[in-house]
Amino acid sequence: MLEYTDKIRALSSQLLKEEKVDMVIGFRKGRRPMSNEPYMAKHPDEVKNLVWDSNCGINLTTYLTDRKEKIAVVAKGCDSRNITTHIIENKIKRDQLVILGVPCTGMIDRRKINNIVDFEINDVVEQGDTIVVKGETTETSFVKERALQKNCLVCTHRNPVLYDELIAPKVPELTDVDRYEDVRRVETMSINDKWHHFEALLSNCIRCYACRNACPLCYCPTCFVDESRPQWVGKGDDPVDTKTFHFLRAYHCAGRCTDCGSCERACPMGINMREFTTKLEKDCQELFGWQAGLSLEERPPLDSFNSKDPDAFVK
Amino acid sequence: MKTIKIEKESWVQGLEKLQDRYRLFGPMADKDSYEFKELNSGDTPVLEHGKQGNTRLSVKSVIYPQSQTMFTYTLDESKDDHHIMKEVELNGKPRAVFGVRPCDAASFRLVQRNFDTPEYKDPFWINPYEETTFVGIACDEPSKTCFCTSVGCGPYNEEGLDLLLVNESKDGNDFFARILTKKGDDLATAAGWLTNANADVDAAADVDFESRKRDAEKKITAKVSIDQLKEKKTTDLFSADFWDQVGFSCLNCGTCTYSCPTCWCFDIQDEVKGCQGKRMRNWDSCMYTLFTLEGSGHNPRSNKVQRVRQRFMHKLKYYVDKYDAGVQCVGCGRCIQLCPVNIDIREVCETMNTYTPAGEEA
Ligand code: SF4
Ligand code: SF4
Ligand code: SF4
Ligand code: SF4
Repeated sequence: MLEYTDKIRALSSQLLKEEKVDMVIGFRKGRRPMSNEPYMAKHPDEVKNLVWDSNCGINLTTYLTDRKEKIAVVAKGCDSRNITTHIIENKIKRDQLVILGVPCTGMIDRRKINNIVDFEINDVVEQGDTIVVKGETTETSFVKERALQKNCLVCTHRNPVLYDELIAPKVPELTDVDRYEDVRRVETMSINDKWHHFEALLSNCIRCYACRNACPLCYCPTCFVDESRPQWVGKGDDPVDTKTFHFLRAYHCAGRCTDCGSCERACPMGINMREFTTKLEKDCQELFGWQAGLSLEERPPLDSFNSKDPDAFVK
Repeated sequence: MKTIKIEKESWVQGLEKLQDRYRLFGPMADKDSYEFKELNSGDTPVLEHGKQGNTRLSVKSVIYPQSQTMFTYTLDESKDDHHIMKEVELNGKPRAVFGVRPCDAASFRLVQRNFDTPEYKDPFWINPYEETTFVGIACDEPSKTCFCTSVGCGPYNEEGLDLLLVNESKDGNDFFARILTKKGDDLATAAGWLTNANADVDAAADVDFESRKRDAEKKITAKVSIDQLKEKKTTDLFSADFWDQVGFSCLNCGTCTYSCPTCWCFDIQDEVKGCQGKRMRNWDSCMYTLFTLEGSGHNPRSNKVQRVRQRFMHKLKYYVDKYDAGVQCVGCGRCIQLCPVNIDIREVCETMNTYTPAGEEA
């Protein structure tokens, strides 16, 4: 990953020196293992703080919303698809951006690693395809695949789809993955079982809304859960309100979600709310043959009219 | 102060006996972590969480729930008492909380300064707090994120506790317990832990306490300096240039607030279903846009950098100045563990503590 970091720094430094951009948005090394921090470099001498490794799971598109500056942004496959969606939805302009595309081989799931090892982690280092987890007195290693976020294991767009510079050669895409195994398991449940399943899934949600805030799609100035006139959702701890939040948020992301996994990564309680968004992704795929964020030319199916759209649901 | 030994068997039996007199709370497994829950008969709280250290969320919800109904009312005008707020009766049974880490125990003393002042008394916080017995557990294996010793607390701190348990040994099932207050003594008596067989264990246990305390303190390597905060000018810190970078990555997700034992802010809401209404309070966070949104639509903290600054200025400057009792943080490290973008209060504190405005360097 050192080559990635070097290339990002070199390009960033050049762009800032030549004043082609006002800032570079990337990651700096985190103080805690497995969590790099989104970072903006505004001066060439800050560029040395930029890094790249498999702990850059937060989607940086979130940091672009409504910005007015000229920005270089480091973007892996999913980020680039969300940037595309942002451009379509007028949240940023294409000509404001210099996209430094990063071919990605997946991001480490820190929760998974924490649950596998039985010691407190001091440091996690990558050596090619091996992840070495170090504790105070002991260490252990895994193949990277075992350590990946769930969404990365089934990602079919690891290479950026929109970029100005590519910081490394493209990586092979995964082709024989089943993106919807989890969704199908829920689809086949009875209505009652589904309800219980969702109840258990969300049982420890504290409604902090970290999932929403980490999501690049959730940029509404006032989210429906925060509206008070009218008030759509109760603000207490009633589980019905919690479900309402999750179901509605998922629908707001339908046809736009790229399964970047930022929501799940950000959740302090380890809730897999991606189950909802992935279901809608599957529906969009089946009904409209649509995958989000692949092209600047086409609008997402739910915000455009097409006489060829299937209409089974209104008949 | 008495020190007793509680054997595993007597621990479990004692908990069962206490069920009649107290509502019991303690850490229980919840998915891949541990949280404070009300204990049913037969539940044994899990006091050691291995590499996880403390519970994921703090103990504050036992006294100060995330969502609490304070009043109820009816809008049905055919009823005599329509539109009259009725205070919700609190469940009068005293509570006992087990497995409170010293940092969490200290946090109650800290938030007491807010809920229990000479001018204002908040019955919804004070009543449950006063009737609760706090049973602590000393930390022999502090986490990397713990920095309690830098903020006036420590792994064997007794402040805010009625009884402090210490594991006999790393894998042992028995505890030594220090009885610290009358409440603690009453609880130990009710549980039957003060019978002759196991009461007044030799002073040897006490000696052990002190050396184990020193060992535990040594394991806390994270150090933060807070000594200069008081001297700094509020306006200098407020207008410092580092906030843009500190706040840049923040998602304003409020995770830090909700997981923090010392964050006390709430919001009051009415909810009406048919004619039945309730007025409740819910945890709130200075990280949220709505927190300072005014009726006019104006928001004095309209961007996230201002909100991040508020969080740290409140904990590390305004609180320090107002109460002269240290910082509004007990060093539990939860916000550091859970922040999705790795904002670290230790780093921010260090930055504030060493800040000198440009042009004033010596
Ligand atoms: S981030 Fe997790 S706990 Fe917070 S609202 Fe979303 S699902 Fe709930
Ligand atoms: S809903 Fe989750 S996976 Fe989908 S774009 Fe938003 S953060 Fe990414
Ligand atoms: S947990 Fe981190 S990202 Fe979330 S509000 Fe707190 S500091 Fe910001
Ligand atoms: S500010 Fe962070 S470390 Fe301090 S008491 Fe709150 S959660 Fe714990």
